[in-house]
Amino acid sequence: MRRVRRSIAIMFLLGCCAVIGAEPNRLPADQMAKAIKLDSISIPSPGELFAALEKPGKPNWVGQMRGPVGMNYKNRAQIALNLGGLIADGFIAVEAKDSQQVKNIGTDIIKLAKALGVSENVLSRGNSINEFAENDEWDALQEELEATQNEVKSSMQTHRDQDLVILVSVGGWIRGTQVVSAAVMQNYDERAAKVLRQPALVSFIQSKMNDVSPEIRNDPLVKDVSTELPEVEKLVSFPPGKAPTADDVKKVNEAVGKIMTQIQAKEPK
Amino acid sequence: MKLLIFAATLLTATMALAAPESDSEVNAHKAALDLAGAFSNEGFKIRDGHWSGAIKPHEHVLIAVNLYAGNQYWFSVGATDTAKKLAISVYDETGKLVETESYNEGEKAAAGFSPTSSGQYYVMVDLVEGNESSVCLVYSYK
Repeated sequence: MRRVRRSIAIMFLLGCCAVIGAEPNRLPADQMAKAIKLDSISIPSPGELFAALEKPGKPNWVGQMRGPVGMNYKNRAQIALNLGGLIADGFIAVEAKDSQQVKNIGTDIIKLAKALGVSENVLSRGNSINEFAENDEWDALQEELEATQNEVKSSMQTHRDQDLVILVSVGGWIRGTQVVSAAVMQNYDERAAKVLRQPALVSFIQSKMNDVSPEIRNDPLVKDVSTELPEVEKLVSFPPGKAPTADDVKKVNEAVGKIMTQIQAKEPK
Repeated sequence: MKLLIFAATLLTATMALAAPESDSEVNAHKAALDLAGAFSNEGFKIRDGHWSGAIKPHEHVLIAVNLYAGNQYWFSVGATDTAKKLAISVYDETGKLVETESYNEGEKAAAGFSPTSSGQYYVMVDLVEGNESSVCLVYSYK
């Protein structure tokens, strides 16, 4: 009888452990691996990144602007990468509340989009950007820039240029990260530095880059960008909740700066 | 004849690439935007991107998003009338359930939180009650 009681007690204890170990509020790894990942929702917009950056204090947005980007690229992959970077520049100009700069960038976005043969719908966005900039409608401008980016991507999909979509996102993310890391370097703050942690995002970008057609994948510029991404992934893989040091931020800035130089190069390889 | 087959194949391929949304997905998108619009009054900006698809009763979909520490987020989901109750929950990159503020009314639901760590999060949308529905997820940030 005593043995039976002991067995029941052991079984009860084991049962309790099993319940505790099950952790009902935790997702299993296989479910997380199967999660839907989409360019349109899984890749944050530059506006979202910049909103997080300015929480601890407004950075010097004007100081983050760059000179005009080349408009005479012949290589479609290079145009797509620069288009993404230019859209990120539009967000910077909005943050800096520089309406003339927004209008200039809006014009350049349309020029590059035209070079890729996107639809008329995108071209009409240029007028809206101008109108909102004239009236200092900064929130509307942010929405218009993101809508322009999505319309460019949607037009690319319709024109069977699906492979260029990820390049627009990559260009935007790299330019955004270059600006954020530069701003953090100028005025180091742990809270601002934390926004640079995005290992899963870089991993997702890499997987999308691996899915493009061999023609685009073997483009020398795309190859160069793809080769640099694993290093960038390592550099933005800080432990959760831990802020990168000023030196870590500098390394991120150098890595993405190197990629931006290749993207902007006047003469493609 | 060969030309006709080629044209039909090309059209199918183009349609598959463009993946146009069904009417019910468009309606679900409207419902999600309608709910997200309420957060705009508090300064939240709605992302232009979204996910939409069909969901069966007691099934869920899991969508990966990449968020920034310091921002506040609201995830809004809308569905067609056939959905009676939806639920949204958010998990961090380790799969741990994150505490959120939540809103739930019939074919609409929302969850809001402020991440303390930048990185990947998972948004789970459940159809708790109702028949198979088109569902759309959008999110807002500030």
